Amino acid sequence: MLADKDRIFTNLYGLHDWGLEGAKQRGCWVDTKSFIDKGRDWIVNEIKASGLRGRGGAGFPTGLKWSFMPKVVAERPHYLVVNADESEPGTCKDREIMRHDPHLLVEGCLLAGMGMACNVGYIYVRGEYVREREHLQAAIDQAYEGRLIGKNNVNGWDFDLYVTHGAGAYICGEETAMLESLEGKKGQPRMKPPFPANVGLYGAPTTVNNVESIAVAGTILRRGATWFNSMGRPNNVGTKLFCISGHVNTPCNVEEELGVTFRELIDKHCGGIRGGWDNLLAVIPGGSSVRMVPAAQIIDTPMDFDSLSKLRSGLGTAAVIVMDKNTDLIKAIARLAKFYMHESCGQCTPCREGTGWMWRVMTRMVEGRAEKREIDMLLDVSKQIEGHTICALGDAAAWPIQGLITHFRPVIEARIDQYTYRSTKDGAVRHAAE
Amino acid sequence: MPKLKIDGVELEVETGTTLLQACELAGKEVPRFCYHERLSVAGNCRMCLVEVKGGPPKPQASCAMSVNDLRPGPNGELPEVFTNTPMVKKAREGVMEFLLINHPLDCPICDQGGECDLQDQAMAYGIDASRFHENKRAVEDKNLGPLVKTSMNRCIQCTRCVRFTTEVAGIEEMGATGRGEDMEITTYLNKAISSELQGNIIDLCPVGALTSKPYEFKARAWELRKTETIDVMDAVGSNIRVDARGREVMRILPRINEDVNEEWISDKTRFVWDGLKTQRLDQPYVRDMGKLRPATWDEALNRAASKLKAAAPERVGILLGDLVATEEAFALKTMAVKLGINNIDCRQDGSPLGEVGGRAGYLFNSGIAAIEEADAIMLIGCNPRLEAPVLNARIKKRANKGGCLIGVVGEKADLTYTYAYLGAGPESLESFVNHPPAKAQKPMFIIGQGALARPDGAAILAMAYRAAVSIGVIKDGWNGFNILHTAAGRVGALDVCALPGEGGKTTSEMLSGDLDVAILAGADEIDMAKLGKAFVIYIGSHGDAGAARADVILPGAAYTEKSATYVNTEGRPQMTSRAAFPPGDAREDWAIIVNLAKRAGTDLGFASLGALRAAMYQAAPQLAELNQLHKADAAALAAIGDAKGKPTKIAFTSPIKNFYLTNPIARASRVMAECSALKNGQQMQAAE
Repeated sequence: MLADKDRIFTNLYGLHDWGLEGAKQRGCWVDTKSFIDKGRDWIVNEIKASGLRGRGGAGFPTGLKWSFMPKVVAERPHYLVVNADESEPGTCKDREIMRHDPHLLVEGCLLAGMGMACNVGYIYVRGEYVREREHLQAAIDQAYEGRLIGKNNVNGWDFDLYVTHGAGAYICGEETAMLESLEGKKGQPRMKPPFPANVGLYGAPTTVNNVESIAVAGTILRRGATWFNSMGRPNNVGTKLFCISGHVNTPCNVEEELGVTFRELIDKHCGGIRGGWDNLLAVIPGGSSVRMVPAAQIIDTPMDFDSLSKLRSGLGTAAVIVMDKNTDLIKAIARLAKFYMHESCGQCTPCREGTGWMWRVMTRMVEGRAEKREIDMLLDVSKQIEGHTICALGDAAAWPIQGLITHFRPVIEARIDQYTYRSTKDGAVRHAAE
Repeated sequence: MPKLKIDGVELEVETGTTLLQACELAGKEVPRFCYHERLSVAGNCRMCLVEVKGGPPKPQASCAMSVNDLRPGPNGELPEVFTNTPMVKKAREGVMEFLLINHPLDCPICDQGGECDLQDQAMAYGIDASRFHENKRAVEDKNLGPLVKTSMNRCIQCTRCVRFTTEVAGIEEMGATGRGEDMEITTYLNKAISSELQGNIIDLCPVGALTSKPYEFKARAWELRKTETIDVMDAVGSNIRVDARGREVMRILPRINEDVNEEWISDKTRFVWDGLKTQRLDQPYVRDMGKLRPATWDEALNRAASKLKAAAPERVGILLGDLVATEEAFALKTMAVKLGINNIDCRQDGSPLGEVGGRAGYLFNSGIAAIEEADAIMLIGCNPRLEAPVLNARIKKRANKGGCLIGVVGEKADLTYTYAYLGAGPESLESFVNHPPAKAQKPMFIIGQGALARPDGAAILAMAYRAAVSIGVIKDGWNGFNILHTAAGRVGALDVCALPGEGGKTTSEMLSGDLDVAILAGADEIDMAKLGKAFVIYIGSHGDAGAARADVILPGAAYTEKSATYVNTEGRPQMTSRAAFPPGDAREDWAIIVNLAKRAGTDLGFASLGALRAAMYQAAPQLAELNQLHKADAAALAAIGDAKGKPTKIAFTSPIKNFYLTNPIARASRVMAECSALKNGQQMQAAE
């Protein structure tokens, strides 16, 4: 279990002052100038050495991502964009950071900005996060007032930070769709390559990072890469905010070491599974868009990127959705299918057409009003979407359904049998045939 | 230059080529819906998926991936791309299935049937049965105006129409609203599209979502006879294909000609065909007791010839209209010379072009394609959006690329690109006369008829020439002194010198009411009242202003009904072909002229079209080399600058007041009338 002294988000629950003074007392904005004085390369190398992997879901090494930015600022400026469009069902970690520890994010932006030679940063906040946006803006105003950021600030790196917000579209959390939205266009993902590090916001080199990845940067630099490295498991180091929801006794957000086992995470922080461990049915370990894992496989699995991807699932945003035996899994996944249908941007064919198809089949399967061969068809359709789209939303829509079919096909079949039995018994089918 | 292997075949391609283009070069067909050579890459249909070896284990959209992004193998092997693997086939079949699940199965009643990309590709990648047992999506049809019919259930959201209207037509009126399945292509605020190039989205639409409204349910693609010919609605000389069934022209489509119209045509070009069926002069008429009555050819020709013979040559005038073909102009000129008539003019708008400066004095000297090389363009007294919409799209293309200054002297109109407004009239142009040379390497003047077709036209042309020389528009190896014509027949007529002879009268002089006999060859845009008491012989195809004033009507053929040469504004001779026969008793115009001359007592020396052309080619050899661009000698331009007279201060106005009604054929078209009414309505609304 993570020791209190190793926590990065020391005001996660908002028990203390979220403002500048409180943040400074907790160590934020301390020595920031000295890191900047050490130069761009030092910052990037330190983050690289820390082994920090992106906290937005894909787990791409953050330091490596930063190093993709051009070494010299050419005719176009560099931009830092912070992805605070936290819309993944089950995920609510960035919200807490912006509410209670916004200065960690502001400081992180300055340091990351320096590391990539950006003088301007944008924080794209989800439209629904109104209070969070206010806190964040207040924190930025405080930082400007304290001359911590802005032109000619005390830290010695000119940096302007702007908060902007979306209108509540899930797709705008996709990094290139976010850039489109920032530019004032319809939020639709761009094709890659070119990657944002070459052609990003307004065609300039841009890096898009998750709130958490940026917010931990300051503390990593302060306490050193080796400190961060020492926690967790190889290649999956450091601490991570877990958002545990669903059928646990006390759902919560908690900062834990990566690689903590599922059992420990639930027992220590969430008061156990509702109805005891025997009542656990399945877990979606990384936000709605990864495949679910049945109880038996997940209980003693370390919660980190690599272990979960071995189970053909993923850590994602570490939004752990726990489902006990009371759950109608088919209905749960049908609901997710509806979410992805609603949030598909409609740009490319497989996702636009496929998500609706999958949802319609899923709704029938909730009732059992389907045929068994349609299960394979549904799986096939989901595979026709996966990997054929411009962005990862297609994959995200396909995986929950694939997870359901892989692990719980008998449940779907039983539902279909039940429906068929009832309709035969009640004479509905015979009646219709006559 | 990067090398790669496509399906095992090694290939070297240019840097920046996309995989799709590379596959085409290798002779591999790649299906696509959203990709179009002349539009930006959207990559959204996902039909062009290919397998890239060594890349991620998923298929790649070949339209969006550049060969530069390919990685060589671990031992430096060439990157490999496959278009025929099971993975590719499965992926494309998947995409095709998705496209079809919400696409209605209404091919039998769809106008696109037979020339539909979706239909064709479903043959290759479709499956015979549907696995989709839900209800199909229904999308409300949109009203895009009188030209484009929508059937939005069929839309596959490829966004070609959106990209075309934004990037080429330059109007930001179309877009996709809604998200996911509910995404719909529409005009913002459900208004009709205001572009003069909107018809092109019908061709671009890969399915039957956007079809031609006037052609709606008229014919099937496979029952039409296709004739490749040339358009005469403006002086660009767009290459077109006329589809006819029997004697009836059913529709007009563009042909690709990179140097002229790329693959776009204007709405007037595309939709004017219903004007070919109405208001036609299908038999000769003579005026008796103030009223026109049908007559035989003999009677009409004899009456015209006798009047011609009776009149003194200096009291006979010949006026050539905008649609007169070069052969006809040559025949008329020959007749005029043989009959001693010096009053002949092809410039019914009264411009001074062709009098001095040789061919260079009236041509779009740089050529239309050179617009793409220009780095500064000044539009003088012209509104290319109305005068030559396809040429305007070329300027828009240049403007999109960036690094090109565009200035306007004349009307402040919406040209679809941003420009610097330099002034309204001659005095603004004058400020460039002693201007230091421009920094631009290839500056260009485009001078419209709005600046020239006025009494002080020669003085303005002289001023423009002097400005051009000082700025560097005319220099060694570059002649950017461009005249933009609006009449398809004008350059050809100037090439065969259909101009007043020694002491002859120009259009405006002829229109002083001093003629005994006037021959109007399709000249309808003049003020008929000014012809005074003259006996008017009208040769033409449509019952327009000229025919109403005529004393003898000799019915001719329209441009789709004859083989004729038209020289476009850049001096490129192109030949039309006959797609249908003229209606009733109407004849080809050259034959009418030869016959008239004969009855008037002179033999023109050619009795066949071949002989006429042989004579014409002797007089103007460049006309013989069809489709070639014959640059004129820039040195001859110097004479232009010597013109006497001072320009007035009257501002330039575009000669085109109503884009849709510029010639007799368009004025006879119901569709053009509808467009014109809509346009006027929009303008009135905007003015309120």
